Amino acid sequence: MELNANTPAGPLETKWQRHRFDLKLVSPSNKRKYEILVVGSGLAGASAAASLAELGYGVGCFCYQDSPRRAHSIAAQGGINAAKNYQNDGDSVFRLFYDTIKGGDFRAREANVYRLAEVSLAIIDQCVAQGVPFAREYGGALANRSFGGAQVSRTFYARGQTGQQLLLGAYQALSRQVALGKLRMYPRHEMLELIVSDGRARGIVTRDLVTGRVDSHLADAVVLATGGYGNAFHLTTYAKGANATAIWRAYKQGAAFANPCFTQIHPTCIPVHGDYQSKLTLMSESLRNDGRVWVPLRAGDPRAPRDIPPAERDYYLERLYPSYGNLAPRDISSRAAKRVCDEGRGVGPAGRGVYLDFAEAKVRLGMTKLKEMYGNLFEMYERITDEDPYEVPMRIYPAMHYTMGGLWVDYNLMSTLPGLFVLGEANFSDHGANRLGASALMQGLADGYFIVPYTLGHYLAGMPRDSIKADHPAVRAAEAAVAKRTASLLALRGRRTVDSFHRELGRLLWEHCGMARSEASLTSALAKIPGLREEFWQDALVPGSGEELNQSLERAGRVADFLELGELICLDALERRESCGAHFREEHQDAEGESRRDDTRFCHVAAWEYTGAGRAPRRHEEPLVFERASLTTRSYK
Amino acid sequence: MRLRLRVWRQQNARAKGRFVEYDLPDASPDMSLLEALDVVNEQLTLRGEEPIAFDHDCREGICGSCGLMIDGVPHGPRRATSACQLHARAFKDGDSITVEPFRARAFPVIKDLIVDRSALDRIIQAGGFISVTTGSAPEANAVAVPKQAAELAMDAAACIGCGACVAACPNASAMLFVAAKVSHLGLLSQGQPERAERAVKMVAQMDREGFGACTNHGECETVCPKRIRLEFIARLNRDYLRSAFAARPASDGEVGGG
Repeated sequence: MELNANTPAGPLETKWQRHRFDLKLVSPSNKRKYEILVVGSGLAGASAAASLAELGYGVGCFCYQDSPRRAHSIAAQGGINAAKNYQNDGDSVFRLFYDTIKGGDFRAREANVYRLAEVSLAIIDQCVAQGVPFAREYGGALANRSFGGAQVSRTFYARGQTGQQLLLGAYQALSRQVALGKLRMYPRHEMLELIVSDGRARGIVTRDLVTGRVDSHLADAVVLATGGYGNAFHLTTYAKGANATAIWRAYKQGAAFANPCFTQIHPTCIPVHGDYQSKLTLMSESLRNDGRVWVPLRAGDPRAPRDIPPAERDYYLERLYPSYGNLAPRDISSRAAKRVCDEGRGVGPAGRGVYLDFAEAKVRLGMTKLKEMYGNLFEMYERITDEDPYEVPMRIYPAMHYTMGGLWVDYNLMSTLPGLFVLGEANFSDHGANRLGASALMQGLADGYFIVPYTLGHYLAGMPRDSIKADHPAVRAAEAAVAKRTASLLALRGRRTVDSFHRELGRLLWEHCGMARSEASLTSALAKIPGLREEFWQDALVPGSGEELNQSLERAGRVADFLELGELICLDALERRESCGAHFREEHQDAEGESRRDDTRFCHVAAWEYTGAGRAPRRHEEPLVFERASLTTRSYK
Repeated sequence: MRLRLRVWRQQNARAKGRFVEYDLPDASPDMSLLEALDVVNEQLTLRGEEPIAFDHDCREGICGSCGLMIDGVPHGPRRATSACQLHARAFKDGDSITVEPFRARAFPVIKDLIVDRSALDRIIQAGGFISVTTGSAPEANAVAVPKQAAELAMDAAACIGCGACVAACPNASAMLFVAAKVSHLGLLSQGQPERAERAVKMVAQMDREGFGACTNHGECETVCPKRIRLEFIARLNRDYLRSAFAARPASDGEVGGG
């Protein structure tokens, strides 16, 4: 397998501009002869599907939800970054690029990140024109707020529902194309296989989740925008249905999987409270603009938070990272929370929690302003915990939230399988080992609105326009694989529910491959996962049939894939013997417990190649070359 | 706490449905209603029975997937709360809770608690957008939007498309849903060019889908998990009426180029 990033030559600042000129075009009259399939309808998928249809391509878009508007981008709260410099506080494309590459602990490709920062400007223009109701100043100009890992204010937001509003913008653009007859939408459809012929992605096999009908869809190119794989950890901030099936099928068909161990744990989530719990809820990072994080100075302090005088509190982020304070990046804040809880200073049940306190902000800003800024988040917190954060500090704890790793893509966002493009969280490209807040929305929309519409055309223009037929052996083989797999899942009539396996896998990954990892913990996880997987295939219980709506079957297929992917996450974490970003190896830390990167041995992307069932995957390396950013030790002190 | 769930079971669109009771002898007050259904489903699965099918996804009140009638009220007894954010603590120990799908002609039942709400998507497709092609947008700050307008637009844009307004309405009208989108876009400068036709097209589609008309009951506002206000319907009516007087070109078609 060859990893050619296809990064254009020339200075960083002009790479994308020059590349766009070098890309081949498909003439307007020929575009309609091509068929493109987009899997996923979140920010990346919906924006790509709409933009490609606008260009004139025939587009089919698939999502497992009952409507494309429900994709999990909808739940993103805080905001979207753009280097507009509207605040006149020293922002620039270069600064956004630099913050992002540094935030990712120098494990992302420079050229991709620079392009992302560059394109960020057009995204805001596009979204405003679509009617996204961003927050405004009294004069009518767009407002901004600050986010973690940056010292400028460049985050655009729509209350605590930025993801919702951006997604509705993309969904509306998509809906317009549906009405114009240029885009066919397939809701309640799940992709179960990728069709590959002559080494090119040529279509997908889907299951209609209502009727159970399995169909093949053929195309000239396939775009995967199916989100991250964090649900392997079971208790996460992801939507319940979020899954890795599409990217895992693609991996098994030959697309390399890059940096699977780069998984982000978000510092501010509502802590776990019971065994029946089905998911964790995020509290936006934007809250750290005004909320102060603290724990009691003394371990095991039994007093209520308001009874603890300021001198006996430890505002540990402000103490450890004075220049960024409560806005230290996510990986750093999460680890710091874990550390104080490990010291026995955590609060709430089981001592796994820290306070996020708005008492000072309430005095400084006043109740009205506080409500305007964070009202809906406070309300959400109150709904879940039955506590009023205007009166008592929130209790928060880190939770699995996002995956920086994903399918490997080149500068054109094409995977190692020609014709298979991967966008948004599903790819690995822009966030390195740690994503900064408000950058996921930016990347999803950059990929969908402004990158893939150019690069996909280039691919099509360079390929002979031939089509494969429904009875092609590759199509038949993909359909047969789906039928076999569905039959095996439905034959499972054991003693354990699928959910119990998912919970067990999740706990295992969280404990052995979560915020801190070590040779011992990872070796232990790698020893346990195959056994769990084997048990699943012998003792799981999947009721119902395949010819109807069967949510148990859907879940079983997704968990079966997580049971394989979980192993790759641990393997990648084991092989990366350094600490970088969200990947913290206990063996690689300094005296103060901060990460120690190893740029001599690990300044590369690790991309895994599937080599067949029961065989060890092969690890490939794409060296990361930094021309403009200097490889410094990240410091937020 | 002890709860009893009385749940609507229906094998598919054609089958007849019925209520089945399930006991939850040790529910936690912190458990959400959907988690209570999860627990019942785990038990059903272990007994070899088919679990209860219900739509859900984000479980934090924003995706709009979950839509359940709980004791006859869409999303249940708590105001401004979607079913996934409703916790057992909202009920009393020993309560029996009736859970049914949303009922409306335009929302046919697919299975158990799952209904088909694709009619709402088709209403958006009819005109719930601003026609701006990717790449054609002007500089974002070129057009100032008054803060008040942006805030009001955001109030309307907060709609999650769950369909509770329809389920609550005696006429099964989707007016609040349509009004929210028409108001959101109509309050912004960017939404002006298509403002009149948007209202007309969306209302026409709503009628075609078999939703009823609005007769000002106000039930929709009461049950809306996002507090979308009735006043937006007045705004929709104004836009609708205004469109009757709007000037239109003789031909709507494109003029051919040279």
